[in-house]
Amino acid sequence: MAEHPFGLLGEFATPEALLAAARKAREVGYRNLDAFTPFPVEGLAKVLRLPTPRISIVGLAGGLAGAAIALLMQLYVNYDYPLDVGGRPLYALSAFAVVVFELTILVSALAMIIAMLWQNGLPRLNHPIFSARHIARASKDRFFLCVLAEDAAFDSEKTAAFLQSAGALSVELVSS
Amino acid sequence: MTDRTADILPQDQSLGRVSDQLTGIPLHFPTRRRWWIAMIIASALLLLLVISTTALFTRGVGIWGINIPVNWAFAIHNYVWWLGIGHAGTLISALLLLTGSEWRNSLNRFAETMTLFAVICAGIYPVLHLGRPWYLYWMFPYPATMGIWPQFRSPLEWDIWAVLTYLTVSLAFWYTGLIPDFAAARDRSRKRGWQIFFGITSLGWRGSAAHWQRWQQAYRVTAGLAVPLVVSVHSEVSLLFAAGQIPGWHSTIFPPYFVLGAAFSGFAVVAIIAIALRSLFALGNLVTDDHLDVLGKVLLACGLMTGYGYLFEVFDALYSGGAHEMRTLSDRLTGAYAWTYWGAIAFNFVPLQGLWWRSVRRSGWMLLSISISVAIGMWLERYMILVTSLYRDFLVSSWGAFTPTFWDWSTYLGTIGLFLVPFLLAIRFIPMISIFETEELLHKEQERPHG
Repeated sequence: MAEHPFGLLGEFATPEALLAAARKAREVGYRNLDAFTPFPVEGLAKVLRLPTPRISIVGLAGGLAGAAIALLMQLYVNYDYPLDVGGRPLYALSAFAVVVFELTILVSALAMIIAMLWQNGLPRLNHPIFSARHIARASKDRFFLCVLAEDAAFDSEKTAAFLQSAGALSVELVSS
Repeated sequence: MTDRTADILPQDQSLGRVSDQLTGIPLHFPTRRRWWIAMIIASALLLLLVISTTALFTRGVGIWGINIPVNWAFAIHNYVWWLGIGHAGTLISALLLLTGSEWRNSLNRFAETMTLFAVICAGIYPVLHLGRPWYLYWMFPYPATMGIWPQFRSPLEWDIWAVLTYLTVSLAFWYTGLIPDFAAARDRSRKRGWQIFFGITSLGWRGSAAHWQRWQQAYRVTAGLAVPLVVSVHSEVSLLFAAGQIPGWHSTIFPPYFVLGAAFSGFAVVAIIAIALRSLFALGNLVTDDHLDVLGKVLLACGLMTGYGYLFEVFDALYSGGAHEMRTLSDRLTGAYAWTYWGAIAFNFVPLQGLWWRSVRRSGWMLLSISISVAIGMWLERYMILVTSLYRDFLVSSWGAFTPTFWDWSTYLGTIGLFLVPFLLAIRFIPMISIFETEELLHKEQERPHG
């Protein structure tokens, strides 16, 4: 098919079959692996040795930024236009707490969701994997293991044979 | 609360069938005729809102029944009611995700959708009540030529930040949960228009393992933030009342009392929508009698906690010994608006007791009737809290009365249209039950050793 393929895609019927095949692929030395599944499969990230995502750190940073913005904003407007209401304190931290809390959550949640999309490279209009014949079922009831062509051990014939032996229902070379 | 060894979904269905069934609802919409009838009624209500707000903007808030002393009535009372309904969606979605209560997976999507539109209905009310709504932007801190800033020491200013944050976070959370399902609908669609619509809304999601991992972390942590957000938003709403000095409002019980009442009315509306959707789209295999059973239990628990709030409010007034507090208490129990107090008690707590019986909780019609009764009861409660405190405050010379006018009612009915029209559109165009979470749960239950 293509001169520079994207990778080889093996189709499996259950998450368990996919996990077993992914484990075998690691054992025989494949490193650049990806999987496409209709729902998050428990333990798959560990088998594929995916790095732990750092979305929660982005959330923490966003939360701190939101709190700081809210607090500084409220302090500044009371400094810029001091309004004495019956001698009550101008810099009333207890009264500022609500807006500080709301903005902490707002900025933190938005930062995490934007970071998630950014790190996933989404939104994106097309991707080589969508040219595979059966990939539409990756959102329904099939579980796919992909050995990427950039893997050092990738060889379109040997890898296809390996996926067959790992129990794939179908194996397809995906062009890039 | 849930028996973890019992399966909530029938086991004789395959992942593929569930996916086809749920994506099929928007793609091959089954009940067009009933949907159009509902849509026509909803659009008529929405038109009523347009007419009412046009009249309001032309003639001013004087067309409502509000006056001095009752300057907060339908506008604020319906605002609290709608916002409270919205909260159950977030609680079902976020709190039950974190506690691992898997029965939520059949309910969370439409509960979150309900939240979005209920918050919009709530949000427009304080704006309409402004009198000069075109000055809404004065609520935001911007360098004004007048040299002044919004007053951040006032609960009225906190309100707009709380509601806008709640709306934005709910929308982001809802959309994040929808992305994988949009992808599923994209892959099932055969017509060009649907492929483009779901292709764009799914943002190119392909279910990659690395993507799922980041998605899960973002989704779960956002859920963790959404739970305290709900509590903070409705507590803040209660501070609109409790931070003032009006007898009957100035009480420390208000924040928890409001949050629980909000969850109570919200779960009732979730039950109404669950039962309606289930019978409309033949979803008995996914929204099972077990789901209704659990919803009934949650409704009963929230109702009893709200009832505790009622008791403690009375105790609070009696224990304070304050003359004005006692006066307001007796106004509530025996005054001109006593029907709202006793009506709230009757609608909220009397039919509710049926939920102690398992057969009542598992019967769609019974649970539906009880839930409708609760929604009415909580509406009366918000009416009672607003009007009975305001119509007679400290000075006899400033006592008054409140009677809702035609425009009060028409605006309120109109907001029901504002809720129903986008909700019906959502039912028509997006998967209303989370596909991938249902599949995940079904697979987990099928794998679990039985017996």
